[in-house]
Amino acid sequence: MQHLSIFPILIPLLFGAIMLLPPISRDITSQRISSVIGTLFLLICSALLLFQIDTSGTQLYALGGWQAPFGIVLVADRVSSLLVLLTSFLGFAVMLYAIAGKDKGGAYFHPLFMFQLMGINGAFLTGDIFNLFVFFEVLLIASYALLIHAGGKQKTQATVHYVILNLVGSSLFLFGLGILYGTLGTLNMADMAIKVGQLQGEDATLAKTGALLLLVVFGLKAAMLPMHFWLPKTYASASAPVAALFAIMTKVGLYSIFRVYTVIFGEHAGELENIATPWLWPLALLTITIGSIGVLASPSVRTLSANLVIVSSGSLLACAAINSVEATSAALYYMVHSTLASAALFLLADLITRQRGQAEDRFVKSRMFTQPKLIGFAFAIVALSLVGMPPFSGFVGKVMILQATQSSVQTMWVWPLILIGSLGALVTFSRAGTTLFWRHSGSTSNDAEPASKSEIAAIALLLLAAPILVIFGGAITEYTLQAATSLHDIQSSAYDLIPGVSR
Amino acid sequence: MEGLYAFCVGLLTACGIFLTLRGRSFSVVIGLTLLSYAVNLFLFASGRLKLNAAAVLGESEQYSDPLPQALVLTAIVIGFAMTAFAVILAMRARADLGNDHVDGNLPKLPNEVSNKSSGGNK
Repeated sequence: MQHLSIFPILIPLLFGAIMLLPPISRDITSQRISSVIGTLFLLICSALLLFQIDTSGTQLYALGGWQAPFGIVLVADRVSSLLVLLTSFLGFAVMLYAIAGKDKGGAYFHPLFMFQLMGINGAFLTGDIFNLFVFFEVLLIASYALLIHAGGKQKTQATVHYVILNLVGSSLFLFGLGILYGTLGTLNMADMAIKVGQLQGEDATLAKTGALLLLVVFGLKAAMLPMHFWLPKTYASASAPVAALFAIMTKVGLYSIFRVYTVIFGEHAGELENIATPWLWPLALLTITIGSIGVLASPSVRTLSANLVIVSSGSLLACAAINSVEATSAALYYMVHSTLASAALFLLADLITRQRGQAEDRFVKSRMFTQPKLIGFAFAIVALSLVGMPPFSGFVGKVMILQATQSSVQTMWVWPLILIGSLGALVTFSRAGTTLFWRHSGSTSNDAEPASKSEIAAIALLLLAAPILVIFGGAITEYTLQAATSLHDIQSSAYDLIPGVSR
Repeated sequence: MEGLYAFCVGLLTACGIFLTLRGRSFSVVIGLTLLSYAVNLFLFASGRLKLNAAAVLGESEQYSDPLPQALVLTAIVIGFAMTAFAVILAMRARADLGNDHVDGNLPKLPNEVSNKSSGGNK
């Protein structure tokens, strides 16, 4: 199966394109069926890819057979295949939720969803930095349209900000790319990693400018501190399945940061060694701080989960700043956990909104849920997992991040911030839980429709990940450790990736 | 030539940034367009400026780097699509929100407020 590594891009592309054609495009039922089949198929292929990479090592896929430094290649290594599997799983679960009725708000939900998955998978798999830009644009244009899906004033307002910011971000991305190409003469990431070590003098300064411009762009996607203001409003106004799918979007930015600043500008980059670290370090800590303040100040479940996304971005940025194999391994584990848990919370927020009538998901006294036990149980698991309490995956992830701090200075900064951040989340979740479930007027709303089977299945799938990530924690951490090792070991991996370049 | 080229790109970028930072969606869209023009010109220059050089090998003695031209082509296509989307979104926002401010509501300027209140008194 040498073509397996392009399937995660091809499958959503084909399904998305087929769904735009007449017999399927007019009928919502057949669209739903083909969407579920498509995402399921994608999930199976991603799992196979991960299994294959784990047994036989990193895979190169030269598109059109053009050789690596000039042709475009897909690189499926342990890191990218893990994230592709994560995307596919998230896509499948979210699609199960969407087919219960959230997809009816506007046309073309299903094709756009597929194109979004294609863009995300492509961004994870590509080994070429210009191609990364192209896939960023694919996932962004799908996300613009998905964000405004089902319409409304709030969504339009949030989308205007989101679109303008991201268009400026794309321009900066191209400026950064142009500078790097001008100085290095290549766009293949592995090739850049080799050539960047030979830069000296003015060229090195120029390349540094380009690299830091890229950091701004990735930071914008990852909601790094000065560029995070768009996130709470955007995520809180998006419809539930879209917001849940967006849980992976900040991770695309973080993944790019890990790729570019460990592979290209990592420890082997000569004059440009670890250029991002002095910026990442304070910004990561400030992001955690601001995110935690946002968590404490959140008035509703959706804003709460959006702010929790910022906190998890901050923790992951801190891992990128620590810049060791252990930290990267912790980051990969935490990425999987936080994506799935925050997606579950976004979906749950939608159920809460629907069953509480006018109070929506705000933390105010209101009538009782139609299904208090179901929602309460799910809410408890999500809360425990996101706070980082022992039986669930958040605990393991946070412990791994805390253990990855090497020097006492790092420990002094990271430990208090992450622990106080967790305490803040705990306080907010207890406040939210008591208000939502205990302070009610007693009457239930009759007109609220109960959660349908596929919605429950979607949330259950995402919730199951929390205990499973702990039960199989040993195997998973071993995998992430290997993945992190391969990401950091430039000398062997970079040369392996380009057969055209002699050692 | 290099100096003039750099000046033009810089001027376009500066104008683009200035317009993007303004409050009305129309000028923001114009700003984004200028920025994308600047980016495209800049990408062209990343392969070094040359005179009398064809992009196709063997067509002339010198040849210019063909890769930036491929990049620019992609960037232009994507840039057009994005600008078109931004224009349509701006029109939609104008219809939905009742004004063309990017925040969705017009900020009250001090002199406008005083005008209105004095008008009310009359």
